[in-house]
Amino acid sequence: MAITTLETETKNLGQSTPLKSRSDYGRNADGSRQGPVGQWVSRFVMLIVLILFSLPLYWMFISALKTPEELAQFPPTLFPHEFRWQNFVDAVTVMPFWTFFRNSAIITICVVVFSVISNFIVAYGFACIDWPGRNKVFFIVLATLFLPFPVTLIPMFDMWAGLGFVNTWVPLIAPALFAGGFFTFLLRQFMLQTPRDMLDAARVDGASEWSIAWRIVFPTARPAVTVIAIFAAVGTWNDFMGPLIYLQDTNKQTLSIGMQVFRSVNSQDIQFNLLMAASFLVLLPLVILFFMFQRYFISGITLGGFK
Amino acid sequence: MSTSDAIAANPRAGGAGTGHADRPTAGTEAPPPLRRGDSGSGKRRLTPREKKNLRTGLLFISPWIIGVAVFVIYPLVYSFAISLTQYSGMQAPTFIGMKNYIAAFADPMVHTSVGNTVYYMVLAVPIGLVVALLLALAMNRNVREVAIYRTLLYLPSLIPMFAMSFIFIVFVNPQFGIVNQFLGLFGMPDTNLLGDPRYAKIVMIVMAQLGAGNAALIYLAGLRNIPETLYEAARIDGAGRMRQFFSITVPLLTPTILFNLITGVSGAMMVFTEAFIMTNGGPDNATLFYMLYLYRNAFSYGQLGFASALAVLLFLFGMVLAGLIYWLSRRFVNYDVSAG
Repeated sequence: MAITTLETETKNLGQSTPLKSRSDYGRNADGSRQGPVGQWVSRFVMLIVLILFSLPLYWMFISALKTPEELAQFPPTLFPHEFRWQNFVDAVTVMPFWTFFRNSAIITICVVVFSVISNFIVAYGFACIDWPGRNKVFFIVLATLFLPFPVTLIPMFDMWAGLGFVNTWVPLIAPALFAGGFFTFLLRQFMLQTPRDMLDAARVDGASEWSIAWRIVFPTARPAVTVIAIFAAVGTWNDFMGPLIYLQDTNKQTLSIGMQVFRSVNSQDIQFNLLMAASFLVLLPLVILFFMFQRYFISGITLGGFK
Repeated sequence: MSTSDAIAANPRAGGAGTGHADRPTAGTEAPPPLRRGDSGSGKRRLTPREKKNLRTGLLFISPWIIGVAVFVIYPLVYSFAISLTQYSGMQAPTFIGMKNYIAAFADPMVHTSVGNTVYYMVLAVPIGLVVALLLALAMNRNVREVAIYRTLLYLPSLIPMFAMSFIFIVFVNPQFGIVNQFLGLFGMPDTNLLGDPRYAKIVMIVMAQLGAGNAALIYLAGLRNIPETLYEAARIDGAGRMRQFFSITVPLLTPTILFNLITGVSGAMMVFTEAFIMTNGGPDNATLFYMLYLYRNAFSYGQLGFASALAVLLFLFGMVLAGLIYWLSRRFVNYDVSAG
């Protein structure tokens, strides 16, 4: 289903037009020019949209700094009268925050490393070696993209339980060793653009496929590899269902589940400022990652080919 | 490595850049886009070189082969099998035929959860498609501050669903939430939005829109591929901006829209985390989504057989829906120019 679309879609991903030059500023995407009034009207509309989209993060941050009394005020204050940095200290002591943080970090790092390695190897097999039947097999990769995960949930749980791996990190990490789905697909689309003569020249020189993969293709595929590494990191850091099902002991738990301590039965009792402070700390690594790799996150996602 | 024939067999070598590099060299196999199917593959013996490539290729994709067997095919078969049994996870499953399916169709909670999920899907998916497209148009503007637009519009998509749920609990808190105060400006009485069956789902649908950045990035990639010349030609012919949008942008974006539609539908089918955290299915089961009910059956009620039947039904429903969307899309989706 819809695989054709995906196929076309990412063929397009591979050939996005280069960013326009500076002289094009002030034109619309369609190249037309807008009058100065129109420009300011649309800027104003954009401003409102941007405020709406920034509000959750802003609200999280200022709520994290408010005192309980100020938080309970009505109407709510848009800016804290008094910065209570103590909230952050309290938030990490009211639960074993750093244990959760460390667990999340270990799981995330393992998943990222394993995903990159396994998906790269498999994508190389689909993109850089011409073997008969390759496209037919790749069709199956695409088909697995459309498999809803609930249908595998119970069998997987049963399997890991049978192997004695429930309440360990194995069920969360091990699947990353076996490439598949979206990451392989993204990498393959990118690696198809590797110049053939570069590969063939290396083969003429007697290089093995393994060393061609890691020494030649891997460095050139770095933008795409970065994108999947980021996706894997964000996906694992934010994973909720996996830890919820597989982890039981508090000292093995991840942040996504650990934060549940704030969700008390009576919603009046929740210490919202601490909750927001903890949420902020959870989000912080992702935001840092985002700004470090922003280039890849947004323009790199269109995977602009070899320059 | 076999050297000289590697080059001889690959006369098009050097044609880097586009999907053409995909083309198999020796002509055993079908044309590059999968959409035409694998017609015309001659059944002839493989050359030694092809055999060697086949071995190497399979070796490289072997992690995926194992992964598909263990994490896709086995669970699928197992799910179907378990769904025909009564199974608590403790004792051995006992075969009960189609009883789980019959029970699922009769269960009023299944009806409620399907109703809730469909309600969510029917609102969240179309709204999400439009919001994401609007974001993409904003991200694609040629103004100096576009980098700010892209960053700020994408940033909320990074927020984990569980954290976003917590933020929204604070947002809509009846005592001090900013949303209630804002709605109060329009004369809405102070209500606990998450505690009211009429509004709880709406809160979640609105919340989902903040994560539209991912879909917007896919649109952005599609937008950047529309040839500028089309717009130039349209302008020369006197088409206004609206006309250009509906006659060029939208038709050429249809493959992207289809992709986002399918991912949106499959995401909506599995909506879970926000309901689990914000309302735990309440109030009055108004946010008991299908996935939440499935989860409860599997991991709270110890009804793994019944939950598997629910999973299989979801799987079949998803396949049918995807097929339906795909079939409908063949009338509307335009592959001609966008692929070029």
